[in-house]
Amino acid sequence: MKKILFALATTAAVIGFSAAASAADKAKICFVYVGSKTDGGWTQAHDLGRQELEKALGDKIETQFLENVPEGPDAERAIERLARSGCGLIFTTSFGFMDATVKIAAKFPDVKFEHATGYKTAPNLATYNSRFYEGRYIQGQIAAKISQKGVAGYIASFPIPEVVMGINSFVTGARSINPDFKIKVVWANTWFDPGKEADAAKALIDQGVDVLTQHTDTTAPMQVAAERGIKAFGQASDMIKAGPETQLTAIVDTWGAYYIKRTQAFIDGKWETTSSWDGLKDGILTMAPYTNMPDDVKALAEATQKKIESGELKPFTGPLKKQDGSEWLAAGVSSDDGTLLGINFYVEGVDDKLPQ
Amino acid sequence: MRIELERRPDVSKLFSILSPFIALGLTLVFGGIMFMLLGKDPLSALYSFFIEPLTEVWSLHELAIKAAPLILIAVGLSVCYRSNNWNIGAEGQFIMGAIAGSILPVVFYEWQSPLVLPLMMLLGMMGGALFAAIPAFLKAHLNTNEILTSLMLVYVAQLFLDWLVRGAWRNPGGMNFPETRTFDATAILPEMIASGRAHWGFGFAILAAILIWFMMRYTLKGFEITVLGQSERAGRFAGFSSRKMIWFSMLLSGALAGLAGIAEVSGAIQQLRPVISPGYGFTAIIVAFLGRLNPLGIVVAGLVLALTYLGGEAVQVSLQISDKPIRVFQGLLLFFVLSCDTLIHYKIRMMWFDLTDTTADGVR
Repeated sequence: MKKILFALATTAAVIGFSAAASAADKAKICFVYVGSKTDGGWTQAHDLGRQELEKALGDKIETQFLENVPEGPDAERAIERLARSGCGLIFTTSFGFMDATVKIAAKFPDVKFEHATGYKTAPNLATYNSRFYEGRYIQGQIAAKISQKGVAGYIASFPIPEVVMGINSFVTGARSINPDFKIKVVWANTWFDPGKEADAAKALIDQGVDVLTQHTDTTAPMQVAAERGIKAFGQASDMIKAGPETQLTAIVDTWGAYYIKRTQAFIDGKWETTSSWDGLKDGILTMAPYTNMPDDVKALAEATQKKIESGELKPFTGPLKKQDGSEWLAAGVSSDDGTLLGINFYVEGVDDKLPQ
Repeated sequence: MRIELERRPDVSKLFSILSPFIALGLTLVFGGIMFMLLGKDPLSALYSFFIEPLTEVWSLHELAIKAAPLILIAVGLSVCYRSNNWNIGAEGQFIMGAIAGSILPVVFYEWQSPLVLPLMMLLGMMGGALFAAIPAFLKAHLNTNEILTSLMLVYVAQLFLDWLVRGAWRNPGGMNFPETRTFDATAILPEMIASGRAHWGFGFAILAAILIWFMMRYTLKGFEITVLGQSERAGRFAGFSSRKMIWFSMLLSGALAGLAGIAEVSGAIQQLRPVISPGYGFTAIIVAFLGRLNPLGIVVAGLVLALTYLGGEAVQVSLQISDKPIRVFQGLLLFFVLSCDTLIHYKIRMMWFDLTDTTADGVR
């Protein structure tokens, strides 16, 4: 049967009705990836989400993806192609696709779009992001417990709010345990470059840090940490294989829950534009198993995770000072999301000058 | 046994014309086999790859957008290569052209006037030409190898752009993201026809191809380029200066690459970002040779290469496969085109066991 259908579809395509023919009864949900779907990091996490979506709603939808789409004019074309080929809902999964998605969304008002990690919305364009910083707060607490020297190393990608937020959250978590805790930051200026990331890790370890975390996508820093015998945290995917004796935990992106929720809304005709920013409690973010640490640290981490999930603990809650010592948040006050999404300053305890 | 390539005494006119078609045929056969092995219908794959992108107006526009920088750069490179100057750094000249042209919309963004666009294009050409002047100077006066110098300057340009968009030129309203402010409407290259988003960059490319074709074919300069490229000594006897030719060809190709850069940024991206080219400057080298260093051939070659990008996406969407087999297919196409072209000029000679070889006799 499948073969006959396929032959029919092919014949129709040859006569030139490709769009109409392939849009059978199932809704078509499409994804645009910036990297390869087996990159072991960011894009792979999105593709796992797509596969979960297929598993959950496979009888009502079909999915489709374009991978290795460069940002810029190529992205515009790729998104337009999907919009024209009958996709009803299109997820564009890189910050750099923002303007392209905005343009195509304006051109195809009947197609729904969702852009990951951006800040521009429209009636048919929603944005979604994950509160990665919640996981980083837990990591900070673990680091403060594990570190002998009270200094952690942080391999950062680009000085954008997303990354600065993560650094601040890590430090805030660490200082809730050890008020003198400090971190050193190296800007790798890349999301994905094993060589540079390994060099950054080595430089940080040479400067005397004894626990390492990263906001870049490869397992290279984890491997360096393993060689040098210090502990480290994984990023985007569970990196335990790169450091079985090294990884304390990892922030794992689990987009599947979100994709299922939004696709269900789309099928039900209840899709509306939003700026979704879910976190640990919604299951869009999970922590890899807490390993290679004493039981009391593990208990602390699990307790903190529960508190964040229940909403009892908000990582950015005063009293918090900025790096220069001036007050940011008074005691008991939590930061609003707007400030976080545009954050361009460090909190106290960061041993680095923020590139401005 | 060994295999040798032997230059043919004369090149068959017929096969010169037939060769691209033979290459296409071979690609279709072997590509078809590959799709079949993947369990996909080869006919619909080939249809999606070569025909589907040509059946819709919007995708013809996309074809023009993708082909424009390739053609523009490759036309300039053809002059270089014909005159025996090996500019490999068009990617860098593309970037520096884009930067120079963006001075107006980024730094003097408040100045809005119909003069902005023409000045941007001019600045873009100057930026590209000046950047190409560095390897030109080094070759003309210090006799350095321009392949190395021009290639290494690509990285300088890329890092300079990176530094600008993260530093001095970063969009003050862009939340620290590494990009410049978006260009004002007066700084955006308009669309050529209303039916889609292809901008005037494609017009520039066609115009440049025709002008350079005319120059190569009907002017003394064209003759000079060909003579100096084929034999520098003969050129000297004719009173041509190879040093001047270095300057001429490098500046010309730099200016065209720079124009391609600013046209791409102004027409398609509309701001500067850390990366503005998916390697156009390098792909254009392939385009130049696919077009046999003939400006009109380059127009065709640029369109064909652009089609492989669009077709690749079309196949991904219609057959639901990853982009890896598509890359193999693109590789097949290039491989067959270049090897067919090689076999026009050379023939393969299998050196079987050579009976006349005296040493072999001696051993026996």
